[in-house]
Parts: sequence; C-alpha cells; structure tokens
Amino acid sequence: MNDSLVVQVLAQAVVYGTPILFAALGELLAERSGVLNLGVEGMMLVGATMGFWGMQRAPGPTSLVLLLAVLTAAFAGLVMSAIHAFLVVTLRASQIVSGLALTIFAGGLGLSSYLGNDLGLADVPPKHQFSDIDVFGLKDVAVAGPILFHQSALVYASWAFVVLVAVYLGRTRLGLNVRAVGESPGAADSMGISVAGYRYAHVLAGGALAGLGGACYSLAITPGWTDGDSLVGGAGWIAIALVIFSFWRAELCLVGAYLFGGLSGGLPSALQAHGYKIKPEFLNALPYLMTIVVLVLVSTGLARRRIGAPAALGIAYVREER
Amino acid sequence: MIKVERRLEQPRWLSFAVPVGSVGVAFLVMALVLVITGHDPLHTYKRLFVAAFDGKAAWNDTITLATPILFTGLAAAVAFRMNLFNIGGEGQLYIGAITGSGVAFWLGPHHAKVLTIVLMCVCGAAGAALWALVPAVLKAFGRTNEIITSLMLNYVAGLLLTYMIFDSASPWRDVSTVQTRSFPQSIALQPSQFWPTVRPGGIVIPFGFMLAFGVAAVLWVLFRLTRFGYEMNVIGDSQRAARYSGMRTRRKILAVMAISGAVAGLAGTSQVGDFSHVLDASAQGLQAANYGYTGIVVAALARYNPIAVCLVGGLLGGLQNAGLFLQGADFPSGLVGVMQGIILFATLGGELLIRYRLRLGQRAASAAETAPAAEVA
Repeated sequence: MNDSLVVQVLAQAVVYGTPILFAALGELLAERSGVLNLGVEGMMLVGATMGFWGMQRAPGPTSLVLLLAVLTAAFAGLVMSAIHAFLVVTLRASQIVSGLALTIFAGGLGLSSYLGNDLGLADVPPKHQFSDIDVFGLKDVAVAGPILFHQSALVYASWAFVVLVAVYLGRTRLGLNVRAVGESPGAADSMGISVAGYRYAHVLAGGALAGLGGACYSLAITPGWTDGDSLVGGAGWIAIALVIFSFWRAELCLVGAYLFGGLSGGLPSALQAHGYKIKPEFLNALPYLMTIVVLVLVSTGLARRRIGAPAALGIAYVREER
Repeated sequence: MIKVERRLEQPRWLSFAVPVGSVGVAFLVMALVLVITGHDPLHTYKRLFVAAFDGKAAWNDTITLATPILFTGLAAAVAFRMNLFNIGGEGQLYIGAITGSGVAFWLGPHHAKVLTIVLMCVCGAAGAALWALVPAVLKAFGRTNEIITSLMLNYVAGLLLTYMIFDSASPWRDVSTVQTRSFPQSIALQPSQFWPTVRPGGIVIPFGFMLAFGVAAVLWVLFRLTRFGYEMNVIGDSQRAARYSGMRTRRKILAVMAISGAVAGLAGTSQVGDFSHVLDASAQGLQAANYGYTGIVVAALARYNPIAVCLVGGLLGGLQNAGLFLQGADFPSGLVGVMQGIILFATLGGELLIRYRLRLGQRAASAAETAPAAEVA
C-alpha cells in the first residue's frame, strides 16, 4: 500500500512543496503589505548557500546545528530583502525592476555563487542534514503514514507557519493593519499606521521565509551546495505565482505548494522508480507549464473579480501624491 | 534633514549622469564587498580591465560577448519601454538558436551564403517572436501576468534546447558518426554557412554585432519618428489614457512582444551563425551566461534608449568577457552577477535623483511651503 505510486508521489509532493510553501508565505506577507518582491529566487539561493555554510561551521549536536543553520539562512534572506525594501519603500523605485535586480544580484551567477565558492562549499559532503521524523510512531500507517507522519522537521515547521500567517493576517489587530497598508496606504496613514514601517517589516519577514525555503534544499532535499541556479531551479518564481493562485491566502498556499511539489519533485522520481519511460525534459518542464496554465485559469476566471489582490500592490506610497 | 520633492522638469544632463554614476557606485560598492571577503579590489579591477579592454585580443572577446547582450538589451528595451515586462529574453534566445540553426541544417551547405544568412535570421526571429507571443496573447486576452509566464517559458525553452540536442529523434542531433551517437551533440554548420566578419585593423567584428547596430538604428527610428513609437510611449505611461484615446492596446502588446522576442531570438541565431556553429547545451553553451537576464540590466542602464544600449552593451560585454575568462582567487566567480545587480540597484536609486530633488537643511523648510515635500530621513 505504502509503496504504491500514488502514496509515493504524495509523500514527495510534501517534501518538494515545503520550500515553495515557505517562500510563498514570505511573498504573501510582503504582498499583503503592498510590496511585490520578484527577488524570491535570489533570496532562496542565498538562503540555501548560507544555510549550508552555517551547518558546516556550527558546532554542537545535530539538532542545534541545524537550528543555527536554518537561522543563518533566514537571516541571509532577510538581509537580501532589506536591499529591496530600501529601494522600493524609501527610494520609491520600481518594484518590478528592483526585484529583478535582486534576483540577478543574489542569483546563481551572482552573490550565491560568489559566497559558495568563496566559502569553499562546492563538493563538500554535508556534516548534518534533516532526517525524517517518525511522528508518534505512525510512519507505517496506511497512506497517511508516509505522507503526514514521516517527514522532516522543516515540513512540520512549515505547517506551523501556515497557521501563524493565516491567524496573523486574518485574526489579529496587526494583521488588519497590514491589510490596510496593502489595500489603502493613504487611509492607513491617516489612521496613524506607519506605512513604511509595516512595509519594511513584512518585506524583511518575507525575505527571512524565502531564505528558510532555500535552506530546505541545501539541508534536507538535496543536501549540499552546487554552483549555479540548479539548486533552487525556479522554485522562487513558482512561489510568486503561487501567491496569485492562492488568492493571497495562506491556507490555499499549502494546497498549491503541494500540487507544485508533486509536479516538480514527486512525479518525476516516482515515475522513474516505477519504470515508466517518459522523456525527462518533458517531465521537468511540467511544473513550469502547469504554472502558466493555472495562472491563466486564475486570471481569466475567478480573479476577474480580483479576489484577494491587495489594491495597492506594486505602487509606491508617497504621502503628498495620494 | 533631507527633503525629497518632485521635479517639475527633468534636466537632460541627469539622464547621462545617473547611468555613469551608477556604474561608478557599482564599482565602489563591489570594492567594499571584495575587501570584506578578503580580496584586493584594485588587483581584481586591473585584471578586469586588462582582460576586457587592453589590446586587440581583449577587444575581440569583448565584442564577441557584447553581441548577444546587444540583442537581448534591445529586446528588453523595446518591451520595458511600454511597461511590458518581457523577462523571457533568455528563452527567446534559445528558441532563436533552435529555429535559426534548424533552417540552416535543413538547407544544407550548397546554397548562397546570403540566402542562408537571411533565412537563418528570418527563421530565428520568427521562431522567437512566436515563442514571445505566448505570454503576449495571455497578457492581452487573459490579463495574465507576463512577468511570470515569460519567465516560466525560459525554463521550458532551456529544456527544449536540451531535448533537441539529446533526443535521438531530434532532427537537430548529429547521428552521423559513432562518436556523436554516444556523446550527443547537434549537427554543425558547414564553413560555407558561417556568418562573415569584418576585420578593420585586426579587430574582428562579427556580422551579428553589425546586425545588432542595424536593429538599434531601426528601433531608434521606430521610437522617435513613427506613430507606433509614440503610441508605445503613451501606453507605457498610461494604458487607460491610451485606450480612451482610441489606441489599440491589445494589438500593441502583441506587436511589441513579438518585436522584443524577435530581437532576442536574433541573439541566439547569431550565437550559432557567428560563434559556436552548433547548438550548444554544455556548461559553456547558450545556457551558461544568462545573456537574456543581462539584457535587462543593459536596457535599464541605457534607460531603454536603443542607441545607449549599444554603448552599455559594450561595457557589460567587457564585464562578461572578464568574468568568463578570469576566474580564481583574485577574480571570484559570481562577481559578474553581483556587479550587474549592484549596477541595477544604483540605476534604480539614481532614478530618484532624476524624478525628485533632494534638499538639505534649512532650505528644505522654506521650500516645503511652496512645493509639496515628503520626509525621507
């Protein structure tokens, strides 16, 4: 039962969906405050690089080392996003071009390659890595066992973040303020809410989550560091698209992330394991093609009513020009 | 206390000063990064300039690497000018290489060189234009975000390129010898199909490089002297205003995206025709250099002006050249991307100076009474 193709694909979908989920939650926070950050791919790459470095350098027992590594990755992502925040919030630069600049700056031919090579991370075997936890000893339970109860700590942390973000945005005073800043910064400003402050905070939080998402690759899924952009391979862009599909709602991000996790990691490896002969190029193109298809469906159908999109997304707030 | 206020008029000299200053700032910031990470910036910069601009051989390599960047820079400039964010230059380049080389393989070596080159350019441009039309149609008729769709298609185009070289059923793959059957590679152009070069004073100028200048001139005329260019500017400023005044914005999106894609495609075709003569998926091949993304940096630094793209393309070609040939302790890998990123950041920051005026200290208070001002610090 648990060796069947479907269960394996679903279990892998959760594994490969987790980095996308972290990054999407981060992008969700930034976008809800009205800032589009297209630098997710770059922030994830730097997070992956610095997370791996932190893991190699930190002393102590495995769990502590991994915690430190994850924190390093999150901090690295945060620092990257600070550049974007400064440019678009303080200097009112174009959010689109600044985000692209961040991806070029931090990406596979940029800072992540620079740091990885400079810190000597290439071809280094990982000292530690996240292993799957057997939660409550339920890993052999039919179907649910491998999918839900035999995953790494990062997966369980991502579930906690989904709940946290959903409750924060939907049920708290601060979350309400964030939404006000994203929907109508002028109104929020006149209520005494600091538009710039909220935007900075949420872009930085988004960067930290993107860094964390990147660390999922270098610490858990494919432990190690490789030069170039293959480590993250477009997951950052899929995460940006995912925020749109999920109508800017955290709980829907979870569903979407696993859908794309299944397509990008689960399905190809499971099909290969079961001996199906499909052109690998076609299988690898699936998540990208699916992103386009879903984006078209969402933007032509439901989102005609613009469910969830923050009204001030992508627009710099200038007090005297409102 | 610094006050920021909007300029009523944007002085012309600033649109030259800001890009130049951006490059200067980029070098300064990069020097800081190099020092922090334990490198000697002066030594690195010296090696960079020697590799890129010192002597004929250096110039030849710089021109070689500037050629694709000129095309992708022009491609990005066309689209970004209308606030149409075609991030798909990278993928359109691959497609241009595939279709442009395909027609040459299909023609075979026994035709006039002129015919071969014209057909390669036409097919390369047309293939890439069609590829670029996918996000354009989705944008025009489905209001789908073109940034994400054009970017996703880059990955698909990259996989298609790999497929064309590795799949045994692909007409691009060379299966003529035992060696190529076990180590996949594409068919090669015959010498009679190679694109020509001009060699004034020992410097090799490939045909693609000259073609890029031609394209830049045509685009300049298009932007400056035609109604099409005027409407592009209006749509770029305000799509709604354009629609109310009767401009056909959908058609314009399709046309501009097709032009942008075609120009990016020529970058790929010229890679095959001028330089590699095969479809290359190796580590040094089409996918290694991110020419498509570099084009965005070029276009932004040139402020989307096709003539300026030619100048900036040369500069970034030199950077790319140095990045490709120098690598080691005093020239860390990844430096090129970091530099490009910082240049873009500085350009963006510089835009603030073009659009706004900064006032310092006491004068700010009196100025605030006459003109609206916002506080930055």
